Amino acid sequence: MCRKLSQRASADYRRHPLDDTVELKRTPLYDFHLSLGAKMVPFAGYEMPVQYPAGVLKEHLHTREKAGLFDVSHMGQVILRAKTGRFEDAALAFESLVPVDILGLKEGRQRYGFFTDENGGILDDLMFSNRGDHLFVVVNAGCKDADIAHMKKHLADRVDLTVLDDRALLALQGPKAEAVLVSLGADVAGTKFMDVRDVVVNGVACIVSRSGYSGEDGFEISVPAANAVDIAKALLAHPDCEPIGLGARDSLRLEAGLCLYGNDIDTGTTPVEAGIEWAIQKARRKGGLREGGFPGAARILDELENDVSRRRVGLKPEGKAPVRNHAKLYSDAEGNSEIGEVSSGTFGPSFGGPVAMGYVPTGLTAPGTTVYAEVRGKYLPVTVTALPFVAPTFKR
Amino acid sequence: MLKFTAEHEWLKLEGDVATVGITTHAAEQLGDLVFVELPEVGAAFGKGDDAATVESVKAASEVYCPLDGEITEINQAIVDDPSLVNSDPQGAGWFFKLKLKNVADAGTLLNEAAYNELIA
Repeated sequence: MCRKLSQRASADYRRHPLDDTVELKRTPLYDFHLSLGAKMVPFAGYEMPVQYPAGVLKEHLHTREKAGLFDVSHMGQVILRAKTGRFEDAALAFESLVPVDILGLKEGRQRYGFFTDENGGILDDLMFSNRGDHLFVVVNAGCKDADIAHMKKHLADRVDLTVLDDRALLALQGPKAEAVLVSLGADVAGTKFMDVRDVVVNGVACIVSRSGYSGEDGFEISVPAANAVDIAKALLAHPDCEPIGLGARDSLRLEAGLCLYGNDIDTGTTPVEAGIEWAIQKARRKGGLREGGFPGAARILDELENDVSRRRVGLKPEGKAPVRNHAKLYSDAEGNSEIGEVSSGTFGPSFGGPVAMGYVPTGLTAPGTTVYAEVRGKYLPVTVTALPFVAPTFKR
Repeated sequence: MLKFTAEHEWLKLEGDVATVGITTHAAEQLGDLVFVELPEVGAAFGKGDDAATVESVKAASEVYCPLDGEITEINQAIVDDPSLVNSDPQGAGWFFKLKLKNVADAGTLLNEAAYNELIA
């Protein structure tokens, strides 16, 4: 075993995989993670905690049972402020890159969106908030630099972009998340899913949204980098709050049916194929007040009308073996007819077995359909299953 | 006699049959196991052949057959509950029993002190 382990033992994981001399970046909580006994791994150019001593399974289960704290400071936090100073102008500018109703987003509210390209593919998915006189945008770490360049290139004439590289981002997720945050004096009890507000947490001014990536009720807390460790320590002091690594973050989001950019969505998938067309409100669709006007609009609007040839579906392996990213899918048990590919797969601790998502032809998307995934030379039956695998508990 | 391989397996030899598992170090490195696939009883392997597969939440790893031999028994308990490998990797978390083709081959493996030096 363990040709893999032997290599890992001697590898200097701090070297960037593509460049021997470039060091991995660290979030403001790096030393703190080490003090908690985290196992650090490279992720999106950063050294991040994949797990703490509790381990991935326990961390995952704890998050659904109580409250888990995640360091997601590697993600990009960006402010878009219109040169006119008006939110409407920032919203309209951003709408030129994102097929979502941003103008209609009320102040103090957040929405899910994505950048599209000329082919209708997806450049990144993101969250954005109406902060009164500006947009606050959070993008994935792996796409951060490309997203910022994309926004600057297309919006610089209308919008001033500021990267908040002096802020950390903490995610607090789980049924006890509100109680934990409230115990630090945060005025969040009256908030509901997708609200965003300025909140003082333990005496520190933070931006708090009621959202996350776990399928559970929870918050994302933007905090000044200088205060990040103190806030994390204060949250973890609550008996119900435990630190959670990226390993559990992945199994949580997969059980919740949420896409991971680079796995389930990329420039080769369109929003309709990916099943995230629900994020495209009427205003941007055919006949809407601001129909189209984003990259790839012709294709995307056509797909909204006329359907697509393949779709992302949930896949439940029938046995115990996990079926992972890139496993090929076949319509027959002998593996003669290749029909698609698994985009994400892991073991779901709350679900109690392996869970996966992948793309299959539109004719095979009905829940209960059996297809076959190639794993180590065998063709294992997997069943198309409605997402999510585990029901969400958002406070709506 | 307890022996180890550089690929992080242990063998407990009694006569010409070796009980084989993965070391505590390997189990710690892998993290929580969620899936184990064992060979068939009666299957013959050469030294270094893929004999079993383990999966943690994040990734799959192969367990190699440490010496030439034939599988005489497998530990169904770890298939039913992979966490047993994490909780007792060098005891109840054993993988399979191997009837060695040549008992003398075991002499080529590492003793405990040599293995501990390897992972230090």
